[in-house]
Amino acid sequence: MSSGFTKGMARNIFYGGAMFFFLLFVGLSVDTVVNRLPDRDNRAAINDQVARGKEIWEVNNCIGCHTLLGEGAYFAPELGNVYARRGPEFIKMWIKMQPTGTPGRRQMPNFHLTDEELDDLVAFLKYVNGVDTANWPPNIEG
Amino acid sequence: MKYQSQSVSKPYFIAAIGLFFGQIIFGLIMGLQYIIGDFLFPEIPFNIARMVHTNLLIVWLLFGFMGAGYYLIPEESERELHSPKLAIALFWIFLIAGALTIVGYLSLPYARLAELTGNNLLSTMGREFLEQPLITKVGIVIVALGFLYNLSMTILGGRKTSISLVMMIGLWGLAIFFLFSFYNPTNIVLDKYFWWWVVHLWVEGVWELIMGAMLAFVLIKVTGVDREVIEKWLYLIVAFTLITGLIGTGHHYFWIGAPEYWQTLGSVFSAMEPIPFFMMTIFAFNMVNRRRREHPNRVATLWAMGTGVMAFLGAGVWGFLHTLSPVNYYTHGTQVTAAHGHMAFYGAYAMVVMTMISYTMPLMRGREANSNLSQVVEMWSFWLMTIAMVFITLFLTGAGILQIWLQRVSETPMSFMATQDQLMIFYWLRLASGLMFLAGLLLYIASFFINGEPATVESRNPVGARGAAA
Repeated sequence: MSSGFTKGMARNIFYGGAMFFFLLFVGLSVDTVVNRLPDRDNRAAINDQVARGKEIWEVNNCIGCHTLLGEGAYFAPELGNVYARRGPEFIKMWIKMQPTGTPGRRQMPNFHLTDEELDDLVAFLKYVNGVDTANWPPNIEG
Repeated sequence: MKYQSQSVSKPYFIAAIGLFFGQIIFGLIMGLQYIIGDFLFPEIPFNIARMVHTNLLIVWLLFGFMGAGYYLIPEESERELHSPKLAIALFWIFLIAGALTIVGYLSLPYARLAELTGNNLLSTMGREFLEQPLITKVGIVIVALGFLYNLSMTILGGRKTSISLVMMIGLWGLAIFFLFSFYNPTNIVLDKYFWWWVVHLWVEGVWELIMGAMLAFVLIKVTGVDREVIEKWLYLIVAFTLITGLIGTGHHYFWIGAPEYWQTLGSVFSAMEPIPFFMMTIFAFNMVNRRRREHPNRVATLWAMGTGVMAFLGAGVWGFLHTLSPVNYYTHGTQVTAAHGHMAFYGAYAMVVMTMISYTMPLMRGREANSNLSQVVEMWSFWLMTIAMVFITLFLTGAGILQIWLQRVSETPMSFMATQDQLMIFYWLRLASGLMFLAGLLLYIASFFINGEPATVESRNPVGARGAAA
């Protein structure tokens, strides 16, 4: 760095740059949340059942093995599109029959969900499946 | 050590190293579960092991940052810490709360833990990295506020340097953005959108400020380069961090329901996120080359230079690899992400904490540097852990590329589980690399127990190698 470039100038770039880009980020986020998400996030499908389903999803730490819209752990299949891939009945049956107990295979715990809770969870997965994800994942396998 | 109260850092660093060890053990358990799926099932299911692995990482890094803050701020402010007693009290609160949380994860079904800890009052659990029970989250906020109060009071009555200012902006940012972890709407897109305000704005934002300040502090000490020069670099680095990284958040908004302009914005800005990391590398090497003194703590200098390089590789290069939206369309949520995550966290944050520990621990133990033997062992641990992490990253990248090919690119895509079966060779190699990492970590811990005559500048020269036998 040349001697003409002082610490004061570097500090001004830091404060000015940080402030400008933070405000820009907040502005873009306001546009996203207020103007764009209502058309994309499938909020019309949200109801009490979906809310209960999301809680079941959370308190059993499903994200600790699975991904949801590509985020989470990478140990078990993507579930953002599982509703389309498997359908509601298969999902419920699959969860009920865990763990498979097949030696050496990855095991999913049995979470002892009631039929009503299973319906709630499926409602949540159906809702997520309806989010506009810009055509991700590339194919049905997730 | 210039001020007695700086020694409160010591328990923080010891706890950090202990939790780091725990993190690696659970990492190895998971590495084996990737291959032998039912290993330790049902005692420790994968999701529990992963939660312990990632939460221990976060907590030990927080311990490391806090220890660094308690050491750095008094020295920069040229006065004793405002309240050493508060620092010690908060240490025990944080350690006990953290330990109870981990015990809770391991001894109770997660749903039962949620029920016992009031998740029904305000549900915040069950989201990646933010799995902590509500009371733990509240505890983190309280500890962070007490810590920030203590440091802020110290600075207000003392010398205000650019390093302490950048450190404090980073630490305040850490506390403020954590508050978004309490926002958890049913709307999954909003949930994810603001979840990243914790996760991304931490690791690709304010944590880089903390990292830069820690690195600058150690470089001034070990190189003796003029503070004006180092602080000028620091400002430029953190300026580029935020100029690129804030809008760079957009690279997480490609496929979660956010509008598609984030694909352009996120790609362009996050493609520039390697710049500040590259600057850190240049910074570290440049300062060491221009050093005005020889410091007997050679291993601290090694860690400082290593941090620059590995942060650039892990966060910069491996981040860039999958940050452009047309590429990320295929890589999103695969082992490529895991590869990047491992090297970025190690290279940037684990290593900068170890840089700080390496520089300060000998001082807190009453010597300028450890014995030559202790330093040599620590250097071995540096190389073992760092090379192991390079291998882990390469093998996971290999696994990721094959996974993408079989599951996403192929005209006849395989299912997720069928694909996983094809990746086993990479998972075996990753596990072996993990064992190498553990060996490095054990050597690292052992180096603290090697005493002997403290190294001096003279004992580094071959002529006066008296310390080598110590």
